[in-house]
Formats: sequence, structure tokens, C-alpha cells
Amino acid sequence: MKRLKVALAGKPNSGKSSLFNQLTGLNQKIGNFPGVTVEKKTGVCQLDADTQAEIIDLPGIYSLYPRSVDEKIVAEIFSDKRSTSYPNKVILVADSTNLQSSLLLLTQLIELHLPIVLALNMVDLSAKSGQSIDVNTLSKALDLPVVMVNSRNGHGIQELKKILLAPIKVSSQKFYSIDPEILPTVENFKKYFHLESNYEAYQYLQQVENLSFISESDKTFIKQTAQASNFFPGKYQGAETIIRYQFIQELLNKVIIKTARSEWKKTSHQIDKVLTHKVWGYLIFFGILFLIFQAIFAWAQAPMDLIDLSFANLSNWLRDVFPSGPFFDLITQGIIPGIGGIIIFVPQIAILFAFIAVLEETGYMSRVVFLMDKIMRKFGMSGKSVVPLISGWACAIPAIMATRTIENWKDRLITIFVTPLMSCSARLPVFAILIALIIPEEKLLGFFNFQGIALMGLYLLGFLAAMISAMAMKWIVKTKEKSFLIMELPTYRSPNWSNVGLTIVEKTKTFVFEAGKVILAISILLWVLASYGPSSAMSEAEQVVTNQIEIGIIKPEEKENQIMAYKLQHSYAGIIGKSIEPIIAPLGFDWKIGIALITSFAAREVFVGTMATIYSVGNTEDQTTIKSRLREEINPDTGGPRFTTATGLSLLMFYTFAMQCMSTLAIVKRETNGWKWPILQLIYMTGLAYFSSLLVYQVFS
Amino acid sequence: MANSTKTVAQMLPGEAAVVSSISTGELANKLLEMGFLPGSAIVYNFSAPFGDPICVSVSGYDLTIRLEEAAMISILN
Repeated sequence: MKRLKVALAGKPNSGKSSLFNQLTGLNQKIGNFPGVTVEKKTGVCQLDADTQAEIIDLPGIYSLYPRSVDEKIVAEIFSDKRSTSYPNKVILVADSTNLQSSLLLLTQLIELHLPIVLALNMVDLSAKSGQSIDVNTLSKALDLPVVMVNSRNGHGIQELKKILLAPIKVSSQKFYSIDPEILPTVENFKKYFHLESNYEAYQYLQQVENLSFISESDKTFIKQTAQASNFFPGKYQGAETIIRYQFIQELLNKVIIKTARSEWKKTSHQIDKVLTHKVWGYLIFFGILFLIFQAIFAWAQAPMDLIDLSFANLSNWLRDVFPSGPFFDLITQGIIPGIGGIIIFVPQIAILFAFIAVLEETGYMSRVVFLMDKIMRKFGMSGKSVVPLISGWACAIPAIMATRTIENWKDRLITIFVTPLMSCSARLPVFAILIALIIPEEKLLGFFNFQGIALMGLYLLGFLAAMISAMAMKWIVKTKEKSFLIMELPTYRSPNWSNVGLTIVEKTKTFVFEAGKVILAISILLWVLASYGPSSAMSEAEQVVTNQIEIGIIKPEEKENQIMAYKLQHSYAGIIGKSIEPIIAPLGFDWKIGIALITSFAAREVFVGTMATIYSVGNTEDQTTIKSRLREEINPDTGGPRFTTATGLSLLMFYTFAMQCMSTLAIVKRETNGWKWPILQLIYMTGLAYFSSLLVYQVFS
Repeated sequence: MANSTKTVAQMLPGEAAVVSSISTGELANKLLEMGFLPGSAIVYNFSAPFGDPICVSVSGYDLTIRLEEAAMISILN
């Protein structure tokens, strides 16, 4: 079996992802480029019986000179011949309805001496616009194979595969001559680094900071040489762009036989009149947000209950089948519930990303950026921060990864910093049980459910905290980098459903694997902390409970649950819970709640399960049992109930603001290249949680 | 040449013009790459509800830019 590496490059909105999906179907995986944080999307495509192509989907870019974290990888991939990701062939995906902006990158890639096939995509729209292209002349002028494709229905894919199977020679076309001032230096670099083309060596000069494969000593050498020749990165780039576009303009004058009718975008412009209207635009946007909310809460409930029940049953069944012992306990009580705790969020995440994918596919998301940019800038972010913030309602992990499209570092950092304040789906089970506990199930004016209003209030509170924190950061964080927004507003079109499906699969996978591995690891650790303790206390458990049954304090049928509760109280987690009691007492929490705070440090949803164990409810499926048990709990100091309104509200505040998600910290560390920001985030959010809880408890108690 | 310094930021909805130059700076090349080339026709479509950013048609597609960027693009009409 022969194996090729093929890279897909092209501008955003060129249908590149659809083409990738057409070529690879479900054979996709997401990894990381070695050494850098950018996501690497690859897939396998069977070209013929004995040739496979590994297709690498690159972020959409207009030119080799990058502006965002995402874009940096493209120059890197095409300049590092020794890398395992270096492609044998390149498919340049062009938007047929706008060849001009699609071809800039092509002219640059040709000068890197890459074997390229030009795929003219979206031929359906091009035809609709009334445009005709002379493909033969285009192919001759560029000296490379050209193929027309429609990535929506797969037309032209077979032809594209055939071209990929045959050898593709490097185009001999030249576009840009490097300025004579710097040419001797470039030629020296070419020899020194053993490169094939001058343009490749020129990229070493222009992009020395972006190419991570160049060693530090070589970087210093390049920078010193550049300085000596009066060169700085960015110099000549404008001139280069103009020269390339001159060539492209002349070429297009020759190959576009019939130009597009100007009125083909009329419908799209009319839709824009409504969707970006100063009243309707916002009403529609908030309507869509409301619909998304409704969907996450209502539609996800049934599958979530099913998952919950299945994992509980699996765990119980395994407990019956396996002999008891520390190893099997780890599986049935640590690992299985740990995995269940991850899978349970899949329905909500899938639904949210289904909506986001549809909105992106249709071109509506760019309009949201357009509508919200001015407002978001007041809060130190950009219009592009809206999608990550909305995603934060499902899960902060894919949300933080979605910030990679934000070019400006400060805008991106602020978005990353405040996204975890958006109430994610893991907070929901905690909110649900606490609200049920302290808010009466009555209706305001016979219509609005108090519990529903409370829940909405908590989401609003998280959102406001995110916005206010962002505003504060805007004043604190300093940057020299200029923030900008230059973005295409693509023509509206109906969504490509297979793209939507594949996006859902991809985002869900990201969550399950990125968040999953941390949640699983920590839940095992916490299980150990909650199951083991100083051995004398643990072995006494059974004896103590038996004694209490004999003197009649505990009913015999509660024996098992009471033993578990006793063990948890005397475990390492219990010891930690007790030791933090003085700190959390002013918030209205006792050491039992302290244990739940400790165990939910890795993942907040663990709260409910821990409460169930500690109050020896035993079985966590039945929320009403937990609720009524919590209601009965007496505070020994006051003689009244432990879960007063004040304590409940205080706990709600804590769970709204606290950073209780190890996976998010891990992702923030990766995305910001260090521990500084995740640690600041942890301190800030925990501090915010602590003081709001303190305030609320002191006011209400 | 009284109005030679007019920029895209001063255009009105529906107005058409030709790009004359891009002011030098770190964003100049980005604007050129996106198709704001001297000599190309530009049409101001509409602005976002708070007046910023704006939507223009240039080089065969619709782009959104902030007023800050629009002020870097000089036009003639």
C-alpha cells in the first residue's frame, strides 16, 4: 500500500472543510502538530486499490503571512521539509465565485516549489452567478493541474483523486522577484539551510519568529543577518502582495470569459437587511440564543437520564459479578462512574455544537460577529469572542479551543480568561438540586416558575461576571498589538448537513478525550482519597455502625449506607474536609460540604454524588431521596436545618463562580503556553466564589 | 485636490469609490491581501447598528472592517 501526504490549503469560506469531509468521510482524527498547540485535522482517503492519501486540513488563510495562532501553522508546515507533516502534494481549494482572493496563497505556494493541484470549488454558485472560467487557459498559465469540484455533492472528486494519483510536477511559474537589496542574504540562507527555493529562504527571514522548527541559535543568526542588511519582518510584504495581485488580475482578465452578474448576491443582501437590522438583527439573535438554551435543557434531558441510568446499572451489575476487593471497587466505583460522568454531558454538547455548526455553515455566525463587535470591544473582546462565550454554556474546553481564530492576543486572552464563568453544563445538576432544596416550587403570578427564574438568574449572573471581569481585564492587560477586524461576510447558503454532522462528532470527541482523560484521572484519585484513610478508622467502620445499631441509633436496614458514610467521613477526603472547615464556616458550610467541595474540585458535577454518599443516601439516581435527606440534616450549632436558604444560596454562588475544572485549567495552560494564566484564573475565580458566598451568607443568615 | 484625503470611514451607504492608497502601518499588508488594492472599486453597503463595524464590497466579495481600519483606506470618487 502506497501512502501519500496531501495538504488542503485555501482561504476561509472556500468550502475547504466540505471537501475534506468529502474526501475522508468519517475516517478523521484530530491530533496536535508536534511542538505546537494548533489542532491537526487529518483523515484517510482511498485513492485507488493500493494508494491511500493522508489528508491534512489546514486552517483557512489568505496568505502565508499569518495573523492568528491558527494561521501560523500553515507557513510552518510548508517550510519544514523534515517534519512528518510535510505534504507530498497540495490541494489548493479556491472559491470559484472569488478567484482573486483565492489565488494569492497559490502564487506563494508555487514559489515554495510545492506540487499543487488547483481545485475550483463551489462551481454551483459560480454557475449561478453567471460566470464562466476558461479552465484550460488557467491551467496552462499557472502550469499546474486544475479541476472543478463541488464539495457539496461530490462532483469532480473522482477527477481530483485521479490527479493526485499521477505525479504532479512543480509549476515553473514565477511571480515575485525578491528585492535586490536582500537577495544576496536570501541566497546565502538557501545554501546555508540547504533549501530548494529562494522564496523558502525568504520566509526564514520574514517569519523567523513563527517557524518553530528553526533552532534558537539559527534564529539569532537569522535575526542578526537581517539587522545587518537593514531588514525587518514585514518589509516588502505590501509590495509583494501588490505584485502578486497584478499577475492574478491579468490572469483573471484572460480566463474569466464571462463575469458574474452583479445581482446574484441580491437575495443575500436582502437577508442581511433583516439579520443585521438594528432592531430585528438583535431580536433574531436573542431568539436564536433562547432556542439554543431551550434545546440544551429540554431535548438533552431524555438521553442524559438514559446515560445516567445505564451507567448506574452497569456499575451495579459489575458489583454483583465481580468479587469485592480494592481492584474491582476501583473499577465499579471509581472508573465506571468516572466515565459515566463524562458521557452524560455528550447530549448537551452535541446539541449546542449542532446549532453552532448550522449557524456557521449558513454564514450567519459572521453576521453575529458583525453585530456584536462594537459591544464586545467595550468589554475588551472582539465580535469573534461571541462563539467561544456561547460554547461556554456547554463546556469551556471546546469553547477555549474556539478562541484560536481571534487574531489579537489580548482579545483572545480575555476571552479565554472569562469563558469558564459562563455556566457550563456540569454546573446544571448542582444548580438543579440546590434550587430544588431552597426555592419553593411555586409560580409567580401563576405563570413563572420561581425555580426556573432562579436558574435563569444564575446563568445571567455567570454571564455578567464574565463581562465585568472582561472589562476589568481590558484595563489591566497591556498590549502593543493592534486589535482589528477584517473578515469576509460570506454569501448566505443552506447548511451542508454532513458537515454539520461531522462537526458534532469532532467537537464531542474533543470534549470526551480532552476533558475526559483529566476528569477520569482525577475521579480515580478522588475515589482513592474518599475510600482510603488512616487504617484504624477505616477498619473500625463496621464495628462502630454495628454498635450504633445495637444501641438503636441506626436502623439495621441502613447499615451498608451508614458504613459507607462513616468511611467517607474518616477517609483522607474527610480529613481534608474537616481541616478546611474553619475556612468555609463563614460561608455557612460544614465539613461535610467541605468534602463535597474537595471532591468536586476536578469536576463540579461530582458534588451531587458526594452529597449522596456522605449523607448515606446510597443510591444517587433518586434525586428526591437526596433532596429530602438534605432537608432533614440538622445543624448541631443552631438545632435548625443545615441547608437553610442562606447556606443554599451561598453554595449556589460558590458553584457559579468557582474554577472547579481541572480539564479547563489544563487547556488554558496549553493555549496560553504556560502556567501563569491558569493559576491566575484559579485564584481569581476561587476568590470571587469565596467572597460572593461570604457576602450572600452573611446577608441572608 | 480638496477631497484627496477622503477615506472609507467617511463613505455613506450605497456610495461607490476607488481605493487610492492604504496608509502604511502593520495592517497595511493585511488590507492589501484582503483585496483593498489601489485602483479597485469599493462600495459601502451598510454599517452595524452602532455605526461600527461596516460592510463593504471590494474585489468581488463582501468584507466587514472596523471604522479604524476603514480610516486607513483612502479613496477617490
